[in-house]
Amino acid sequence: MSPIYLDNNATTACDPAVVEAMLPYFTEQFGNASSMHSFGNKVAQGLKEARVAVQKLIGAEFDSEIIFTSCGTESDSTAILSALKAQPERNQIITTVVEHPAILALCEHLEKEGTVVHRLKVDKKGRLDIDEYKSLLSPRTAIVSVMWANNETGTLFPVEQMAAMARTVGAMFHTDAVQAVGKVPIDLKKSKIDMLSLSGHKLHAPKGIGVLYLRRNTRFRPLLRGGHQERGRRAGTENSASIVGLGKAAEQAMEYMEFENTEVKRLRDRLEAGILAQVPHAFVTGDPANRLPNTANIAFEYVEGEAILLLLNKQGIAASSGSACTSGSLEPSHVMRAMGIPYTAAHGTIRFSLSRYNTEEEIDRVIEAAPPIIAQLRKLSPYWNESGPTAAEQAFAPAYA
Amino acid sequence: MWDYTEKVREHFFNPRNAGPLDGANAVGDVGSIQCGDALRLMLRVDPETERILDAHFQTFGCGSAIASSSALTEIVKGMTLDEALQVSNQQIADYLDGLPPEKMHCSVMGREALQAAIANYRGETWVDDHEEGAMVCKCFAVDSVLIEDVVRANNLTTVEQVTHYTKAGGGCCSCHEGIEEILSNVSAERCTAPMPPSLADAPKPAAQPIAIHVTKPATEPAARPRLTNFQRMRKIEETIEAIRPMLQRDHGDIEVVEIDGKNIYVNLKGACQGCMMEQATLSGIQAQLVDALGEFVQLLPAGMLGLSARR
Ligand SMILES: Cc1ncc(COP(=O)(O)O)c(C=O)c1O
Ligand code: FES
Repeated sequence: MSPIYLDNNATTACDPAVVEAMLPYFTEQFGNASSMHSFGNKVAQGLKEARVAVQKLIGAEFDSEIIFTSCGTESDSTAILSALKAQPERNQIITTVVEHPAILALCEHLEKEGTVVHRLKVDKKGRLDIDEYKSLLSPRTAIVSVMWANNETGTLFPVEQMAAMARTVGAMFHTDAVQAVGKVPIDLKKSKIDMLSLSGHKLHAPKGIGVLYLRRNTRFRPLLRGGHQERGRRAGTENSASIVGLGKAAEQAMEYMEFENTEVKRLRDRLEAGILAQVPHAFVTGDPANRLPNTANIAFEYVEGEAILLLLNKQGIAASSGSACTSGSLEPSHVMRAMGIPYTAAHGTIRFSLSRYNTEEEIDRVIEAAPPIIAQLRKLSPYWNESGPTAAEQAFAPAYA
Repeated sequence: MWDYTEKVREHFFNPRNAGPLDGANAVGDVGSIQCGDALRLMLRVDPETERILDAHFQTFGCGSAIASSSALTEIVKGMTLDEALQVSNQQIADYLDGLPPEKMHCSVMGREALQAAIANYRGETWVDDHEEGAMVCKCFAVDSVLIEDVVRANNLTTVEQVTHYTKAGGGCCSCHEGIEEILSNVSAERCTAPMPPSLADAPKPAAQPIAIHVTKPATEPAARPRLTNFQRMRKIEETIEAIRPMLQRDHGDIEVVEIDGKNIYVNLKGACQGCMMEQATLSGIQAQLVDALGEFVQLLPAGMLGLSARR
């Protein structure tokens, strides 16, 4: 039985065509793109083509707006730190409570150093309150950073509208689009978004390559200074093999965009409906009407996520969970808590994230495997008896530490 | 992926004694709302011998929580209640050939359920006094609550001391930033030592540069004192004595080592020593001495005694 990979929001497999495009850059095309000889020349050409491919994927107006970085996290850090450094007269950040740690941990750190951070709350479906956002925008806002799509629930935020609003107070707008790029169409030249982060390994390119899109004319201060690579905006010899790989992956993402939003979406919906039809006391988290086509996040009440994952894994099924126990922290996912999901459900959230490689046969196997696992674990749960949750949940009220 | 031992996996995939227990006469319900684990331990106890005839569990929790519960029931079966009370969480972990540091709290929960069940059998109420915080040191499985408690109780001021008391920070050292943060939080809330008015008003006293080590002792002989030498010494002693209780309340202390003209050399002891507020404390005491003596004096750490002599 071949394993089934449904954890594509964590990372994706490199597409074979991507690997093939990269291979020459480890062998004959090993040169430094900056060098004045033929070894470097071909590499420079490869980088140029990759830059254009990424430019097309996100609809940037100029290819010089694409800065290659080492990962999504670096792009996020560069964007926020640059906005603060370039605008010393502004010291406030607006972000959301459900951002990736790449944004949240940085903001927490900046807060200690005196930056004012506003975090937009979400409702129980993970949606933002645009009026709250409007009330926080001010001439002191240096940057607004709001993710395009949430990595746990797939919920999409109205970043284009929010970017236009930021512009009215002269604030920069950054979006962490690491989960969105390649899954939903993006056309930056038609938007007011100033900066965007993406990460190669979420779209079938290798790990360790990212991009910061920087709109022309946006004030900028580099994170890494040194050589003149990336026009001095990100020093360090280019990771040419990975950049070429990302270029290939970007081309493919364009080709499969339609497929992603029809076929992958259909399989996701089939999986979700198939499981929910068999498992009582389970529900979809986030905003089902407005989310990435590949993500299904289901909360199974009264059972714990890590236990589910271990049993799924035993049957060769890979997914992930918002449970505290899988992260090593003591809290369940900050995204689930922000949406006010009760603890007994938040700990039992499972994220299934698909890719274009998944097949209907695989999905049907998961639909068959998951319900008995939940039933088996509920039999062990003190919150559950025979056929349902213990009466009013009052029957089990442990002494909590 | 957690690095679970074969034994943990085995007890997770095939838990022993899972599900409700008929005829249970001792039930312990415990849980940690934070980490999401909850456990009900059910025992059937022979009233004659107080021996545990059977043990079952129901657990809402991760792989190691279920494995720990399963192990616990196997361990206590056949024990008397008094024997069972001696079971430690380490014993549960050892039974499973160890647990990852982040998962040790699962075994703690097992022990607590046992205590709760026995209390329930004996008609006592069991109070949980165990509180857990976020894992700070992964090398030695030490959480923030433990570090805070130990720092408070022993007035620790450095990472090395914390390592000495708790082991935290003694391995790969990557948790030192976290430990330093706890130290400075505790030290900020604890410090009630006298401060010069300028510092007391400043929002961030710790941000003051620590100038003490660069201050050169005044080298010219003291101006003719208005008090006799003996009176002056007495005055200094009285002033210091009046301040000491305040420092002792913060588990610190001060002693005068030498008086040399304008320079008064002191030793800060206990919690005050090496405290981030050391400079502020010294300037505070110095201000009070200047006040009491009606002349300018300089309070210096005893360590600087030799320095002026050599000049
Ligand atoms: C929304 C989001 N932002 C940022 C990142 C970090 O990207 P990278 O792993 O390339 O640093 C991730 C990936 O986990 C993500 O999902
Ligand atoms: S994590 Fe604390 S010493 Fe390694």
